[in-house]
Amino acid sequence: MNVITVPSSLDDQSFEQVLEQLAPLPADARILIDARNTTWASPYGLTALLTLAQTRAEKPQFMPPVKDDTSSYWSRANFFRYAEDLFEIVGSVPFQRPERDSRTLLEITPVSRSDDVHTVVERIQAKAAHILTENLHLESRAVMGFAMALSEACQNIVEHAGRGGWVAVQNYNYRKRMGRHVVQIAVCDAGVGIRQSLESGNRRPLTDRWDDGVALESAVIQGTSRFPDHGRGQGFKGIRGYLRKWKGKLAVRSGTARVADVPPWDDDVVRRDHLAPMPGTQLFIMIPEEVDR
Amino acid sequence: MTMPHTIDVCAVLRSAVNQNYGNLLTRDTGMAVRHQIERELMANREGGITSLDFSSIGLMDYSCADEVVAKLLVLLQNDDLTRGGYVIFRGIGEDHLELVESVLKHHGLALVCLCEDGNPRLIGRVSEAERRAWDMVRVRGTACPADLADEFGFGEDFVAGVLDELSRRRLLRRGTSGFVALDATEQVQ
Repeated sequence: MNVITVPSSLDDQSFEQVLEQLAPLPADARILIDARNTTWASPYGLTALLTLAQTRAEKPQFMPPVKDDTSSYWSRANFFRYAEDLFEIVGSVPFQRPERDSRTLLEITPVSRSDDVHTVVERIQAKAAHILTENLHLESRAVMGFAMALSEACQNIVEHAGRGGWVAVQNYNYRKRMGRHVVQIAVCDAGVGIRQSLESGNRRPLTDRWDDGVALESAVIQGTSRFPDHGRGQGFKGIRGYLRKWKGKLAVRSGTARVADVPPWDDDVVRRDHLAPMPGTQLFIMIPEEVDR
Repeated sequence: MTMPHTIDVCAVLRSAVNQNYGNLLTRDTGMAVRHQIERELMANREGGITSLDFSSIGLMDYSCADEVVAKLLVLLQNDDLTRGGYVIFRGIGEDHLELVESVLKHHGLALVCLCEDGNPRLIGRVSEAERRAWDMVRVRGTACPADLADEFGFGEDFVAGVLDELSRRRLLRRGTSGFVALDATEQVQ
C-alpha cells in the first residue's frame, strides 16, 4: 500500500504536496490517503481530494482527520457525503449535523449539467449578497459579478470537462496571509483538461511550443475556446475583469501547469510549469475583504 | 394599428427551460431563450418594433448574454432589411449594463436600450459619427441626410452613409420620409 500524506493545512498551494507523492505511482496503484493529521482544509483542498479520487483506477483508501472539529467541519461541508462513494473510508466519519456552517456559502456540490449551474447560483444568491456586502464590505454591484464568475467557472465543467466536477464556496478569515475575510470559490474536475479540450476543437496554435502551460495561457489569458464561434472564450475574461475590479485572485491548474492572475496583496507566481500531473481543470477564486474604503 | 409587441424575457426563460428560473445563466439556457425569442420575432416581421423586456431578470452571465443578446443581434443584422423587424431592449439595469456592453463590444454590436427615464440610449460599439447621427435623429424623430448635413458639417453624402449604416445595424428604421428613431412606444404597423 502506498501512503499519501495530506498536509496539516490543505489548500491550493499545499495540495501540490499530495500530487507530488502520487506522481511516481501508476493510476492503478493501491493508495491510502492519510488525512489524520490534517487540521484545516480550504474548499479547493476538499474538492481537489474528491477530484483526485475520481482519477484513480483503484478506489483509494482514506483516513479522515482525527480532530473532531476538523472531521465535523468536513462532514458539514458535504465532503464525506461524496467521499464515501469515491474512497474506501478507513475508520468512522462523524454524523452530518443538519445545521449549516455560517461560513459556508455553498457546501461541496456536484456539477455536470447546465441545470446544476442554475441550482448552484440560485442556492447561494441571497447568502452571497449578504456576505459580500456585510463581511467583505464590497459595493452591492459586486454581487452580480460574483454570480457571473461562479456561473462561468461552473460552466467550464459543463462545456469542456467531459465529466462531472465539484464546486464549493466558503467565507473565512484568511489570517495566515491577509488578516481579512475572504470568499473562496473552488471548482474542480477530473475531465479532459484545457490542453486536450483545445486540441479536440483543433484550436492548437501553429507552433512547436505546445504544452499544458501554453494551453492554459491561451484559454485563460487570451480567451481561446475549443469552439470556433466568435463569442466563445469570454468566461475567463469576464471572471478576470471582475476579480481585477475587486482585487481578487484567480488561479487555474490543468495538467502539469498553473496560471494565476496575481493581485497586489499576493506573492504567487503567474505561471508554473512541470508540476506533478493532475487530470482535469481546477479553478481557485478568492475575493478579499475591502479595507481601503 | 396594434399595441407595441413586447416580449417578457423572464417569461420566455421560464417557458424555454420549463423551470421557475429568474436568472439568465449558461449557454444552453441562452440558446433555448434565443430560439424562442426568434420564433416570436418571426411573427412580428415587416418592419415592426419589438420591445424585449429584461426587467424581471435577476442575474446574467457572459455566456447567456452572448447567446441571448449578441447572437440575436447578429441574426437581425444579417437578415433582409426589407422584411426584418427591429428590437428595443428595456429593463436592462445598471447591474447588467456593464456585462451587456462588454458582450456587445466584443462582437462590434450595438443596441437601443430604453432607460428608466423613458429615453432611448445607444449602447455597445458605435463610432462617434454614428452616435451623433443617431442622437440627431432621436431628437427629431425623423430626419433625412439633408436635414442633418449642415449640423454634421461633413456633407450630405457622408451623413447618408452614416444613416445607412445605422439602418443596416437596425439602430434606426428607414421610413418613407427619412430615417426614423426607434421608439418602443411607437405602434406596430
